[in-house]
Amino acid sequence: MSRKKLSRRQFVAATAMSSAALITAPYIRSANAAGKLNIGFWDHWVPGANKASTELVNEWAAKEKVEVTIDYIPSQGNKNLLTIAAEAQAKSGHDILAMPTWWPHAQADLLEPMNDVVEALIKQNGEVNGTVRYLGKSGDKWLAVPACIGSQIKGPCSRIDLMKQHAKIDVQAMYPAGAAPKADAWTTDAFLKAAEDCHKGGVPFGIGLGETSDSVDTVGAFFLSFGAEVVNAKGDVVVKNDNVRQVLEYYKKLMAFLPSDAPAWDDGSNNRWLVSGKGALIMNPPSAWAVAKRDAPQIAEQCWTHGFPIGPKGRFAPYLPYFWSVWNFGKNKPAAKSLLTHLSQPAAVEKLVAASGGYDLPAFEKLTTLKTWAEESPPKGTLYHYPNPHNHQKLSISAAGAPPKIAQQIYTQATLTKMCVRYYRGEAMEKTLAWAQGELEGFMRS
Amino acid sequence: MVDVAVERNKAAAAPKRRKRDSLRTALKRKSTAAFLMTLPLILLISLLVIYPAFYSLHLATLNKSMQRFVGLGNFQFLFTRETFWLVVEQSCIFAITAVIFKALIGFVVAHFVHNIPAKGQRKWRGMLLVPWVIPPAMSTLAWLWLFDPSYSAFNYLLAGVGVDRIPWTGETGWARFSVILVNIWVGAPFFMIMYLASLKSVPDQLYEAAAIDGANWWQRIWYVTLPMMRNIIAITTLFSLIVTFANFDIVRILTAGGPLDRTHIFATWAFRIGIEGGDIPLGASVSLFMIPILAIAAVFILRDINKRGNEA
Repeated sequence: MSRKKLSRRQFVAATAMSSAALITAPYIRSANAAGKLNIGFWDHWVPGANKASTELVNEWAAKEKVEVTIDYIPSQGNKNLLTIAAEAQAKSGHDILAMPTWWPHAQADLLEPMNDVVEALIKQNGEVNGTVRYLGKSGDKWLAVPACIGSQIKGPCSRIDLMKQHAKIDVQAMYPAGAAPKADAWTTDAFLKAAEDCHKGGVPFGIGLGETSDSVDTVGAFFLSFGAEVVNAKGDVVVKNDNVRQVLEYYKKLMAFLPSDAPAWDDGSNNRWLVSGKGALIMNPPSAWAVAKRDAPQIAEQCWTHGFPIGPKGRFAPYLPYFWSVWNFGKNKPAAKSLLTHLSQPAAVEKLVAASGGYDLPAFEKLTTLKTWAEESPPKGTLYHYPNPHNHQKLSISAAGAPPKIAQQIYTQATLTKMCVRYYRGEAMEKTLAWAQGELEGFMRS
Repeated sequence: MVDVAVERNKAAAAPKRRKRDSLRTALKRKSTAAFLMTLPLILLISLLVIYPAFYSLHLATLNKSMQRFVGLGNFQFLFTRETFWLVVEQSCIFAITAVIFKALIGFVVAHFVHNIPAKGQRKWRGMLLVPWVIPPAMSTLAWLWLFDPSYSAFNYLLAGVGVDRIPWTGETGWARFSVILVNIWVGAPFFMIMYLASLKSVPDQLYEAAAIDGANWWQRIWYVTLPMMRNIIAITTLFSLIVTFANFDIVRILTAGGPLDRTHIFATWAFRIGIEGGDIPLGASVSLFMIPILAIAAVFILRDINKRGNEA
């Protein structure tokens, strides 16, 4: 059997020729005629929720003949924030990228305007709440599309039995399933009294006072319900006002009834507090209830998600929207816009909400009465009031009112929580306010 | 003519040959081979360390929106911030306390291990290195559970003997203690192994001579062991000081800088400002502030080593 020997020269020549042929060969368009789309979604903590978004994307991709790749980016360890920062620096990355709360404003100059998409969706699905406008729009420019996936309200989740037993409050009667709330008596004073009663009963409210999101969101809602503004819409520091003094006094009283280790709590502490049966109320989206459903069903059966107490200046609930954004250096903007429109259709939203067990919240008002929230159990109707179906409370975000880039600093540095903890620990009111003034002035950098 | 032409060619070929020969000689040199072998690492370090370092210097000179050159404006701004000086103070407390205790514990444990008979020593050395070889992010998670505000295992044990629960991460003092403790736990084995290696190189004759002179245990340590270990102690301290100053994972996982920013150190505060707060230039400025502090420490420590080198 003869074997032809390939010399080194022949090998090099053959390699060079084949490389040249590959490079110069004409690009033959395949079925993927509309190009490629690279998507960075938030990695949902609910098992199966990512599958629903993948299915929706694939359904659209098959119709539009677009080749898609999806990266699910977790928020643990701030990997999503690192991705946003890296792509903004590199001016390269995903065609669609999920951004939480403050990030569309933080990257406003690098984002493609989404007016055509969002305005059409508002016409179709109804108005968005003020917080979505505040965080998603800069002047006349919609910076991103409000996303259903990951958006949440962090209202109270109470134990029906413990609230009845210790605070003599029937949360189900106050927020009946399938009907409008009857919560006129659910005031900040009533809340304080209930906190005291539950503390005496050995099941304190589990509200964190740390520097992570859950603690900041709760304190922010109380600040707003007392009209306590620290920086106004013009960007002036106005922290030394009576409303701020009033809310600090209120929080000082409330903190006496919270767990003593609350200043060290992170975003998991309140969940554990509820699931372990140690407390009568926490402020959280239904994730804690969902964990209880899996790990402690007898506790889940007693959980009821409802609205915030009303303060002197109104009833505010912490709302954290997610957005889907498109970089202005993105390579396939028309396809990105088309997909985002597809993902915001009522049928798609319904699928996403169901897949997340009711956790995800669409921003549009016509989509807050889906059957998932009415039917989730146990107990049946536990999530009915979660999406604020009766517009009973104003959805807000901590430090709202201040220009978003300043508010982001107030939020990230947990300035409001720190003010409460400092004052509670014995610092003089004016000293706390002076400290806050100094901090806030430092956030004015541009 | 032909001969001349040949001669000319010869003359032209000579420098070429010389060049080839010198290249061959250079390649044969040990230093060239060593350089070529380390070249991949040099390139890797250039790419992953030197380039980012210069890039962060560039970032530190920009305004918040990264559109304008502000020179040293970010540093000037930092000097006016109360929290910044708190972070400087805490970073120093954290690094200096942790390094002192790591060195002390490492020194004591190295002596113990050194005195264990050679047969069982390997086993002990291996076991004592465990905290150092586990990735700190993982071991700190275990510590986080031990210190958990509501379900601390330590508090459970303390409750068993009637001691009140300790707010490990909730009170300023305890939170600082906790992060330093974990850092010591992770870093002490490194000191131990370095000191052990150094101890093994101290000639036995010196101890014998000291014993003949009637030196007691303390005098042997003070006049023999410590002088013989001085250089390794200095280098280990410097190395550990750099690593501890730049620590991120332990504080980030255990307290995230709280309560009330009282455990923030340079890296965690830089992350809070730069990544979480979206002010990358200011975050870069905070992290760069470590350099002058460490440079001063390095000058003092290394100068001392040179002095001793000259004395020797």
